[in-house]
Amino acid sequence: MKSRTRRTLLKGLFHGAVVGVGLPTLNCFLDDSGKAFADTKQRLPTRFGTWVWGCGFIPEHWIPTQTGSDFDLHGHLAPVASYKDKLSILSGFDVKLDGVPNKPHITGCLGLRTGVPVPDENVKKPTLDVEIARIIGNDTRFGSIELSTSGINRSYSFRAAGAPNPSETSPLAFYQRVFGEGFQDPNNTNFVPNPTFMAQQSVLSAIKDQRADLVKTVGAEDRHRLDEYFTAIRELEQKLTLQLQPPAPVENFVKPQQPEPYTVDATMSEVIKTHKVMADLLAVALQSNQTRIFNVLLSDTASNLRKPGTTATHHTLTHEEPVDPALGYQPQVAWFAEQSMLAWKDFLDSLSSIKEGDGTLLDNCLVFAHSDCSIAKSHAVEGIPMMLAGSGGGKFKTGLHIAGKGDAASRVGLTLQQGLGVPIDRWGSLSMDTNRPLTELMA
Amino acid sequence: MTANKFMRLFIVSITICISLLGCERDASSLREPAAAGGPLLVRALTESQYRASVHSIFGEDAPIAMRFEPGLRSEGLLAVGTSEVGLSPFSLEQYNQAAIALSDFVFNPDNPNQPCLDSAADQFDQTCAQHYLSTTGLRLFRRPLSEAQLNLYLEIAKQNFSLLGDFHTGLKYGLVGLLTAPNFLLRIEQTEIVDGVEVLDAYSRAERLAFFLTNTSPDETLLTAAANGQLSHVEGRRQQVERLLASDTLTLAVEDFFTDMLRFDRFRDISKDSGIYPAFNADVLQDAQQQTLLDIVQHLLVDEGDYRQLFNLKQTHLTRALGPIYRVPVPNRKGWSEVSFPSDSAYAGIQSHASFLALHSHPGSSSPTLRGKAIREVFLCQEVPDPPADVDFTLAEETNNHAMPTAKDRLIAHNNEPSCAGCHKIMDPPGLALEQFDGVGKFRVLENNTPIDVAGNLDGQAFETVPQFAQALSNHREIPRCLAERLYRYSVGRDVTWHERAFLDYLNQVFVDVDYRLKPLMRTIALSDSFYAIDGNHSQLSDTHPKIAEAKP
Repeated sequence: MKSRTRRTLLKGLFHGAVVGVGLPTLNCFLDDSGKAFADTKQRLPTRFGTWVWGCGFIPEHWIPTQTGSDFDLHGHLAPVASYKDKLSILSGFDVKLDGVPNKPHITGCLGLRTGVPVPDENVKKPTLDVEIARIIGNDTRFGSIELSTSGINRSYSFRAAGAPNPSETSPLAFYQRVFGEGFQDPNNTNFVPNPTFMAQQSVLSAIKDQRADLVKTVGAEDRHRLDEYFTAIRELEQKLTLQLQPPAPVENFVKPQQPEPYTVDATMSEVIKTHKVMADLLAVALQSNQTRIFNVLLSDTASNLRKPGTTATHHTLTHEEPVDPALGYQPQVAWFAEQSMLAWKDFLDSLSSIKEGDGTLLDNCLVFAHSDCSIAKSHAVEGIPMMLAGSGGGKFKTGLHIAGKGDAASRVGLTLQQGLGVPIDRWGSLSMDTNRPLTELMA
Repeated sequence: MTANKFMRLFIVSITICISLLGCERDASSLREPAAAGGPLLVRALTESQYRASVHSIFGEDAPIAMRFEPGLRSEGLLAVGTSEVGLSPFSLEQYNQAAIALSDFVFNPDNPNQPCLDSAADQFDQTCAQHYLSTTGLRLFRRPLSEAQLNLYLEIAKQNFSLLGDFHTGLKYGLVGLLTAPNFLLRIEQTEIVDGVEVLDAYSRAERLAFFLTNTSPDETLLTAAANGQLSHVEGRRQQVERLLASDTLTLAVEDFFTDMLRFDRFRDISKDSGIYPAFNADVLQDAQQQTLLDIVQHLLVDEGDYRQLFNLKQTHLTRALGPIYRVPVPNRKGWSEVSFPSDSAYAGIQSHASFLALHSHPGSSSPTLRGKAIREVFLCQEVPDPPADVDFTLAEETNNHAMPTAKDRLIAHNNEPSCAGCHKIMDPPGLALEQFDGVGKFRVLENNTPIDVAGNLDGQAFETVPQFAQALSNHREIPRCLAERLYRYSVGRDVTWHERAFLDYLNQVFVDVDYRLKPLMRTIALSDSFYAIDGNHSQLSDTHPKIAEAKP
C-alpha cells in the first residue's frame, strides 16, 4: 500500500483514452476527521433513497407527544428508539388535493413525491428521487436501484408519466445484477481493464450519433421518448467508463454471499426476511459505489401483505376490519403497521452495520421514509407519516420531531432537494407550491 | 356481349366466389368509410414481440438473457401502452446485456452457422461484413439500412477489429449495435409522399401488418413485397394478408391479443394463500392461462366459431394439475386432454376459467367486486370509476360476519351508501353471478354454511343460475362490439380518434355479417385503408421535418 499514490490508482491501461474519477474511500486517503479525502478534500459520497410502506399508520401509536429534539419514540416506533439521534419524525404534513380526485393509495404517495397531486399514475413531474439523482447520482454503475420486497413489481420512482423505474423483486436477480457479471472487486489490486468494455463503449457511442437524424422524423411527444432512450444509452456508456478504471478501493468491503433462489411470498414474516436480505445487499451496493440512489418498497401502497391462512390482506383489512371501540382503531391493521416499523428498524440496521469513515453508511445516507396515506380506512392524505434517517453526510440535522400542523407535504420534498443541491427555489403546484424549506432540518 | 361470353364471365365469378371460401360468410358487402387514420407512432416492442423477433431471425435456440420491465396498460391494452411507455435505463441495460449474449451465441466459433465463416480472422473482410450487416440489419430494423447507417455499423466492426485483432469479434460488435439500436427496439414509423399526400411508407405498412397478424417482425417475403411497392395497392396487400392469415403464426398473434386483453401479465404479481387454496400451485397458475388460450384458439381459429360462444363453451382443455380445481377427470397423465364439462356443471365459458376467477380475486377470498369490474372492463369495454376515497367498507367484505354470511348480503348492506350504490349496481350482478366459484375458481354452493344466491340481472337479461349468466353474457350486445373495437385498437397501437367512429361502426357491422368469426374480422382490419392511414394533422411533427416541408404548398 505504501508505494501506491492516488495518481497511479487512477491511471488506466488505456492511457488517457478513458478519463474519470475513481472514488477511493481507503483509510489512507482520508484526513484526520475521517470525512474528507486528504488531497482533494472531497467528501465521502452522499446517498439518497426512499423507503415506502403501504397503508399508513395508527397515529396514537406513532406520533411522538413532544416536538423538537426532546421527543419520545413510543408504540410502533419504539423499535427504532436506539436510532433517535439519527432520525427525524415529520408528522402532520398534508398532501393538498385542490379538488384533484383522491385515487386511493396513489394520489398521496405520488403527491408528496412530485409536489403535484394526480388522480392516477400519470405524474406531472418526475419524482424527487429522480431530480436528486441528477445531482448526486452520476458516476456510479447504476443510476438508481429500485427494490420491492413483497413480490409485486411496482415502483413509485417515475422519470415521467408512463416511465417508472422498475423494481427488483427477487433477491437473487438483484444480487446477480449488481454483484454478478461486470462487478469488480474494489479491493482487487491486480486490476486489468477488460477490453470488451471498450468495444461495448464504441457500440454505444456510435448509436448515440444517430440521435439527430432520428428525432427529426418523430413528433414532439415521441421525441421526448427517444430522448429517454438516448439518455439511457449515455448512462450505459458512463457505466462502462467506470468499468474501465480501477475500482475505487473500499474499506471493510466484503462481497456478499449469493442468496438462494426462492419464490417471494407476501406473508408478513416472509416479506420481513426478503426485505432484510435485500437491505443487506443494498447496503453493500451503496458502500461499494454501485449506486447512490435507491427506492425501496416494503409493501405496495395498497398493501398485499398478509398473515398465512387468512382471507384478508393488509389492504383489505383496512377496509373490512371493524374499529375496536375500546382501542379506537383496527387491531389487525395496527399489527401490520407495527410490523412495517420493525422492518424499518431492520433497514436502519443494515445501513448502520457498515462502517464508513468515522461513522457508518447510514450517516452518509439521507433516507426518506413515508407511506401513501395516514388513516388507510378513509385513504386520508392529511398527515401522511414521514421520517428522515441519516444526515446525508452532515447536510441535514437529525434527531428532531417536526409537527407540520397541516402544512403542505411539499415542504419536505423541497427541503430534501435543496439540501442535496437541486437548484430550485420552490416546488409543487397550487396549494402544494412552496418556497419554505424546513430550515430547522438543514445543517 | 354474346351469350357465350356472358356465361363464361358468370362461371368465372362463381369460381372466384367459391375459391374465396364462401364469399357471403367471409366478406361483408359493406363499403369501408373514408379512412381517417391517426398519428404516426413510435411503439416499443413488447416482450413477446422481442422474443418472437429474435427467434424468427436467429433461430429458436437463440438465448434471450434479460429481464423485461412490466408493460404499461392503456385503454385496457398493453399494446396501446407501447406507444406511450418510456424506455427505462433498467430496460436498456437489460437489452444491451441480451444483445451481447445473443451476439456471443451467433459468433460462437462452434456455431456451424457463424456468419462469414470463410473469412480470415486477421483481415477485415469488407464484403462479407457489409453483406452480413445489411441483411441482418434489414430483418432487425424491418427496413433497409440507409448508407449512413450501414457505414455506422461497419465502422463499429472495423474499429473493434483493430482493437481486438479478430474479424469475427469485430463484426460481432456490429451485431451488438444493431440489437441495441432504437431502430430495432422501437417501431419508429416513417412516411413517404405519394401524389402530394403524406402516407405511411411501405416498410411501416409491412411492420404494422406483420405485428398484427404474426406478432413478430416482417419476414423476408413481406419485406420484399414492401420493397416492390406491393403494399401500396389493395391486390398486393390482399396477397400478403391471405398468406399471413393462412400461416401458423396467426395462432401466436391471436394468443398475444387475448393474453393482452385478458390481462394475463398480472399473473406475475399474483399470490394465493396456500393454506386456504392448497390446490393452487405454480403449475395451476401456468396451465390456467394456457387452458383459456387453447380454448380460444380451438374455438375461434380451428373451429372458426362464433366469438360470443366463448362465454358458454362446454369444451375445454385440461391438464392433471387443473383437475382438482374443476373436479373433473383428466384422462392424459401428461400434457393436455380435451374435456367436456358435464351439462349440469356450472363451468361454461372462459369467464368460468381459473384464469379469470383467480386473477380477479383476493389472495385468500373471492371478490364479486373485482370480478364484476373485470367483466365490465375486459369483456364489455365499459369503464367502472374508482371507488370514492372515503367509503366505509366494513360491512362489505367482512367474510366472517354471521349476520351477513354471503358476499351478496354484505354488498346489499354496503349499497345503502348512496355514493357507492351507482357503481355497485353496475359491478355486482356479474360479480355475484360468479360467487359460486371461490378465490381460485373451485365450485362451491355455500359460504359460511349459507347457500350462495347467484340470481341477478345483466343489463336487462335476468338469470337464476351460473350457466344462465353465461348465456346472458354471451347474448350481451356489447360483447362483439367490445372485441371488434379492442382488436382495432390493438392492431394500430393507440386509442381510436374521433374521426374513426365511422370506421368502428363499419367494423362492428362487418363482425355481424361474418357471423362473429375472428379471422374474417382480422382480415377486414388488415385490408382496410384505416389500418394504414395517418391523419393529416401534422401539428405535432417538427417544423424541420423535411418530408412535411415538401408536402406544404
